[in-house]
Amino acid sequence: MPRDVASRAAKTACDEGLGVAPTGLAVYLDFSAAIKRYGQSKANSAGIHNASEAQIIELGEKVVEEKYGNLFEMYEKITGENPYKLPMKIYPAVHYTMGGLWVDYNLETNIPGLFALGECNFSDHGANRLGASALMQGLADGYFVLPYTIGKFLSGDISTPKIDANRAEFVAVEKETRERIDKLMSIGGSQSIESFHRRLGKIMWDYCGMSRTTEGLTAARQMIRELRDEFYRDVFVPGKGDEFNPELEKAQPAADFFELGELMVVDALNRNESCGGHFREESQTEEGEAKRDDVNYRYVAAWEYRGWKEEPIMHREDLDFDNIELKSRSYK
Amino acid sequence: MSQLNLSLKIWRQKNANEKGSFETHQVEANEHMSFLEMLDVLNEKLISEKKEPVAFEHDCREGICGACSMVINGHPHGPQQKTTTCQLHMRHFKNGDTIHIEPYRAGAFPVIRDLVVDRAAFDRIIQAGGFVSVNTGQPQDANALPVEKDQASRAFDGAECIGCGACVAACPNASAMLFVSAKVSHLALLPQGKVEAARRVQSMVKQMDLEGFGNCSNVTACEAECPKGISVENIARMNREYFAAVLKSEE
Ligand SMILES: Cc1cc2nc3c(=O)[nH]c(=O)nc-3n(C[C@H](O)[C@H](O)[C@H](O)COP(=O)(O)OP(=O)(O)OC[C@H]3O[C@@H](n4cnc5c(N)ncnc54)[C@H](O)[C@@H]3O)c2cc1C
Ligand code: SF4
Ligand code: FES
Repeated sequence: MPRDVASRAAKTACDEGLGVAPTGLAVYLDFSAAIKRYGQSKANSAGIHNASEAQIIELGEKVVEEKYGNLFEMYEKITGENPYKLPMKIYPAVHYTMGGLWVDYNLETNIPGLFALGECNFSDHGANRLGASALMQGLADGYFVLPYTIGKFLSGDISTPKIDANRAEFVAVEKETRERIDKLMSIGGSQSIESFHRRLGKIMWDYCGMSRTTEGLTAARQMIRELRDEFYRDVFVPGKGDEFNPELEKAQPAADFFELGELMVVDALNRNESCGGHFREESQTEEGEAKRDDVNYRYVAAWEYRGWKEEPIMHREDLDFDNIELKSRSYK
Repeated sequence: MSQLNLSLKIWRQKNANEKGSFETHQVEANEHMSFLEMLDVLNEKLISEKKEPVAFEHDCREGICGACSMVINGHPHGPQQKTTTCQLHMRHFKNGDTIHIEPYRAGAFPVIRDLVVDRAAFDRIIQAGGFVSVNTGQPQDANALPVEKDQASRAFDGAECIGCGACVAACPNASAMLFVSAKVSHLALLPQGKVEAARRVQSMVKQMDLEGFGNCSNVTACEAECPKGISVENIARMNREYFAAVLKSEE
C-alpha cells in the first residue's frame, strides 16, 4: 500500500471519528499476521515441521525485531505498550516538505553565490516520497552535484577582495534585523509563539496537507491572513532581544511561516489537478487515485514572493518529455 | 488518562556569569506526556503569567539527536535506563512527586542559561578528527568496499552515540572518554576510516585534553547512564588504538 494512500486513509478515518486511543487520533497497525507469516516461513526454512503456534510467533517476532527492532523500542518508550503483542497505534505526520527554493541545474538560487541543497530546494519526489529518497537527494546534491558546480562560482570569486562589514548593504541588513527583533519584542501581547505555531500548523495540516479542496484552500488562505494579524497584535515574546532567548529564536521562523504557508496555499489553489504529493479531491479517478491534467498543468511553478501586501508572481517552467511517455501511477 | 500533580525544583540561571539557584514550580501533567512535553506545559503557564520560561534544549524529541541534556533526580537524562530525556514519559512518575531538574555540571560544559549548557567542546573534538576523507563527484561501486557483518555491527554500535554528553555529566571526573572512544571506534572499525586512523585518535585525544575533560578512572558510571548503551569496551579499544598510534609516530 503506497504511503500517501495509507496516510490519507488514516487521517480520513480519524476525521470521521473512527480513531482509537483516548485522543481519537490513531488507527491500529497490527503486526500479528505478519509475525505469524514470517515465523511460518522461518520454521519452514529451518526444517521445523509441526511447529507450535507459540514457536512460530517467537520465530516471527525475531524476524520483526531484526527489521524494525529500533522503531519498536522507540514505540514502546512512547506508549508504554509492547508492539510485538499489542497492535500499534499510529497516525501520519508531516516529515518532509515537497518543494522549496528555486535553483538552477547547478543548485544555485536566484541569489548569485547562494546554493541550496537537500530538502530546502525543489524536490523531485512522487506522491509517496519513497522511503530513503529524501536522504538520497541530500547525498546526491552534496556528493555528486555541488562538487562539480560550485567551482565555477568560486573561481570567479577568487579575486574578490575582503568585503568590508561597514558597507551600506551590511548596515542596512543589520538595521532591518534589529527592527524586526524590536518589533517582535515590543508587541507584549498575551499568547505564546508556540500557540500560534500550533494553530498555523493545524490550518496547513487540515487544508493544505495530504488532501486539498478549492473551498478548504480558499478558507485556509483567509485564516492564515487573520492569524498573522493576530500574531502581530497579540504575541508575547518574553526575555530580551540581546540575550540567549529560545522564544525569540522560535518567533522569527514562526513569523516567516505565515508567509511561506500562504504561498503554499496559493500554489495549491492554482494547481487545479492532482499531481505527486498534491492531491486535490476534485481531481481523482473513480478508484481514488490522483488525476493529473497534463494539458493545463504540465509545468513547474516557482513563485516570486513580493511582500505580504502584494500577490506573488508565478514563474512557470514547462516540462517537455521527449523520450519518456507520460503515464499514471498504478499499483494494479 | 491519569493526571499528575508535580512539584518541580528547577535550576534557574540567567547566564554563565550569574549565580543560579533552584526555583519551585507546580505543574499538572498527564501520564502519557514526555518529560519535555511536561516542561512545555510549565513554560506555557509561565508565559501566560508573563514570566520567563525555562530554557532547555531539544530538537528531534525521539532520542536521536542528543540535544535534550539535563539532570533529572540526579541522573543525566533521568533515572530510566537507555532513555533520553525526550523519551522519558511521565508514567514513570507518581502523583505528588517532587522532581529535581538541573543542568549538566562539568567544567567543559559551561551553563548558557537554566538547563542549557554549551557542548561545543564535543564539536571541536569531532572537528579535530571525527571524520573520514573521501573523494566526492563519482559514485563508487556498491561492492567496492566489502565490510563484514560483524565488523559493520560493531562500528554501528559506536555510531549510535548521539553526542549527548550524559557520560561526562555522570562521571565524577567529568571525563569524555566514552564519547570520544565511541567516535574513534565507529570510524576505526570501518575500511573508510583506516587511512587516517592513527592521526585521528591522537588529534581527538589531544583536543579532549585541551577542552578540560577529566581523566578516566574506570568508574563506568558513563556506561550506566549512556542513553544509547555505549559500552566501555570502546574505551579499551581506543586506548589500544592510541598507544599503537603513539608508538608508530615515535618510530
Ligand atoms: C521524523 C522524520 C523522519 C524521516 N525519515 C526519513 C527516512 O526514513 N528516509 C528519508 O530518506 N528521509 C527521511 N526524512 C526526511 C529527511 O530526514 C530530511 O529530508 C533530510 O534530513 C533533510 O536534510 P537536509 O540536509 O536537506 O536538511 P536538514 O537536515 O534539515 O539540515 C538543515 C540544517 O540547517 C540548519 N539551520 C536552519 N536554519 C539555520 C540558520 N538560520 N543558520 C544556520 N543554520 C541553520 C539546521 O539547524 C539544520 O542543521 C525524515 C524526516 C523526519 C523529520
Ligand atoms: S557515549 Fe553515550 S552518553 Fe556519551 S555522548 Fe555518546 S550517547 Fe551520550
Ligand atoms: S531531543 Fe533529540 S535526543 Fe532528545
